[in-house]
Amino acid sequence: MTDPNTDLTTQSSTLASELFAPGVGAQAGPPTTPAPDTGSAGDVTPGAHSHGGPTPTGSPAERFTSTDPDAFGVPTGREETWRFTPMRRIRPLLDGADSDATLSWTTDLPEGVELTRVDAGDPLVKGLPEPVDRLAALTRQRARGADVVRIAGEAQLDRPVTLGLAGTGGEDVVWGQLVVEVGAFAKATVVLDHTGLATYSGGVTVIVGDGAQVTLVSVQDWAPGAVHGGQYDAVVGRDASFTQVVATLGGDLVRLVSNVQYAGPGGRAELFGVYFSDETQHQEHRLWVDHAVPNCVSNVLYKGALQGEGARTVWIGDVRIRPAATGTETYELNRNLVLTDGARADSVPNLEIETGEIVGAGHASATGRFDDEQLFYLCSRGIDAETARRLVVRGFFADVVQRIGVDALQDRLMSTIEARLGALPGLDEQPVEVS
Amino acid sequence: MREREEVSVLEIRDLHVTVGEGDDAKEILRGVDLTVRSGETHAIMGPNGSGKSTLAYSIAGHPKYTVTGGTVTLDGEDVLAMSVDERARAGLFLAMQYPVEVPGVSVSNFLRTAATAIKGEAPKLRTWVKDVKSEMELLEMDSAFAERNVNEGFSGGEKKRHEILQMRLLKPAIAILDETDSGLDVDALRIVSEGVNRTREEGEIGVLLITHYTRILRYIKPDFVHVFVAGKVVEEGGAELAEKLENEGYAAYVKGSKETATA
Repeated sequence: MTDPNTDLTTQSSTLASELFAPGVGAQAGPPTTPAPDTGSAGDVTPGAHSHGGPTPTGSPAERFTSTDPDAFGVPTGREETWRFTPMRRIRPLLDGADSDATLSWTTDLPEGVELTRVDAGDPLVKGLPEPVDRLAALTRQRARGADVVRIAGEAQLDRPVTLGLAGTGGEDVVWGQLVVEVGAFAKATVVLDHTGLATYSGGVTVIVGDGAQVTLVSVQDWAPGAVHGGQYDAVVGRDASFTQVVATLGGDLVRLVSNVQYAGPGGRAELFGVYFSDETQHQEHRLWVDHAVPNCVSNVLYKGALQGEGARTVWIGDVRIRPAATGTETYELNRNLVLTDGARADSVPNLEIETGEIVGAGHASATGRFDDEQLFYLCSRGIDAETARRLVVRGFFADVVQRIGVDALQDRLMSTIEARLGALPGLDEQPVEVS
Repeated sequence: MREREEVSVLEIRDLHVTVGEGDDAKEILRGVDLTVRSGETHAIMGPNGSGKSTLAYSIAGHPKYTVTGGTVTLDGEDVLAMSVDERARAGLFLAMQYPVEVPGVSVSNFLRTAATAIKGEAPKLRTWVKDVKSEMELLEMDSAFAERNVNEGFSGGEKKRHEILQMRLLKPAIAILDETDSGLDVDALRIVSEGVNRTREEGEIGVLLITHYTRILRYIKPDFVHVFVAGKVVEEGGAELAEKLENEGYAAYVKGSKETATA
């Protein structure tokens, strides 16, 4: 059931030519020939770029990447990458003013975990996956190096690594670059817990060693007024497993780009997300899973709720299966629950398949009101309509939150969501209707 | 908490129900008369499209259906004036033909929330857990079931057992079973039927059993059989009427209709 006052947009298929159009956001891009001294594929020279050479017939162009912010030009808001983003609100980040400001860190590092810092010239930093937009490139540059969490090979952590990253309310932009390097066969959960008030852009790269099992949780529980941008990359090793859980609840504007690539066959990536946007919030999650090697799995599940006039969410889910990626299995799903009039959810799944020899590939996207059949079912068991709605919304989120695997954090997130639901105006006044 | 009468009576008088709105409105029920008392089991049998499920959903209050005439009362109280949840709290229960999935809500949480709503207070944890467990065992449901999400990924048989489990725990005055037998294999049909029969033996429940087939009536013996065609009851009798339908089908009642009897 849709409401004429609610702007529901679901684009199930964007043309590949549009998605992968060369030059999108790259009008000022460098020449397309790789730098002459570029070595093997994994050895990326700073300033170089992975912009593809001649495009093979029938294949979409490569996505433009660069460590040079100016290579992207200054976004106007008309670019595919930026067209959903409120440019005025993200301008402080895109202006890219240099700054020494930092977030306030609280760390909990179990045994077997090392936290260090490397400078921009370090091979580790130079070898990171490249920025995909101007903001990410600015962030890489302004961060001047990276904070590195190293988890030793075969380590079995007895508790999650937790980095509490709190904004201190200063006016300067905070730039950050984090690298989580997990050795082969280690098993670890890393939690990034963002709170407080900040204007922050943070790059996060997780390098998952062969056979390792890593969960990265990123909680955006910012205070009102916070702005948060960032590019998350995961490089998933051979037979490794990577789970990312993104929970975006607070802040004014949050725009996160999550990319996954596989360094060897047999890798598995699961990207989960929850978000809850009210009338002051823009929450944008852009995903890109690049299947370029055989027998890898990806699974994406993002669920969001919107309440209040002007609440805005954007979910872009791009999956590419390259010719070499035989045996790929991929599925992505985005669901948006529109709780009140005047909210807008954009949901754009894109699947680019370049080989027929895959196990499976699919996507689904749905944006709508409460499922009235669910409400009828619950009410028919004596449960009043308001309680039924809460159960449904709670369940809607619990479905994702319960995959974090950290009980205390799950409880906290569910409590935050409950509190947000408590503020829902007129929840009990909405009639139970069935179209 | 509702005061349970010694004997509950569900009375349906000249019930007219449409589906759709305005010019698209289509009358499905055309004057249904039916009385179900506690302790009685009524079977409503009829061909596809006769309006059997519409009757069930209209009594439960599904908003898709509009009552355009007639009355439904439970112990004299106007059921049609009640919201969906009020009807359940008044003592009505509908076991659905297609139970709905509710992601992220566990069976145990759902059952406890429903029991709390029906009883007006949270059931005592220790006895509640024991009750749920023993009922699940009787319905041959694995205990892991309680931690699964409501109806999510359940097989057809699991969904129906879950419906009967709810009926057992919520202890309604009148239970409407909407094609609970459909899609069940013989084992599941037996388990589900035994669940219904236990309830009938233990207490004063009235059962309105809606079915297309006579198969379930071999397990649950009805006191009354009503033949339902084109939105109303066209013939009534005892259990012997079901046998007649088994042998002759609905053809005699569906003159001039494209519906053919399949019973």
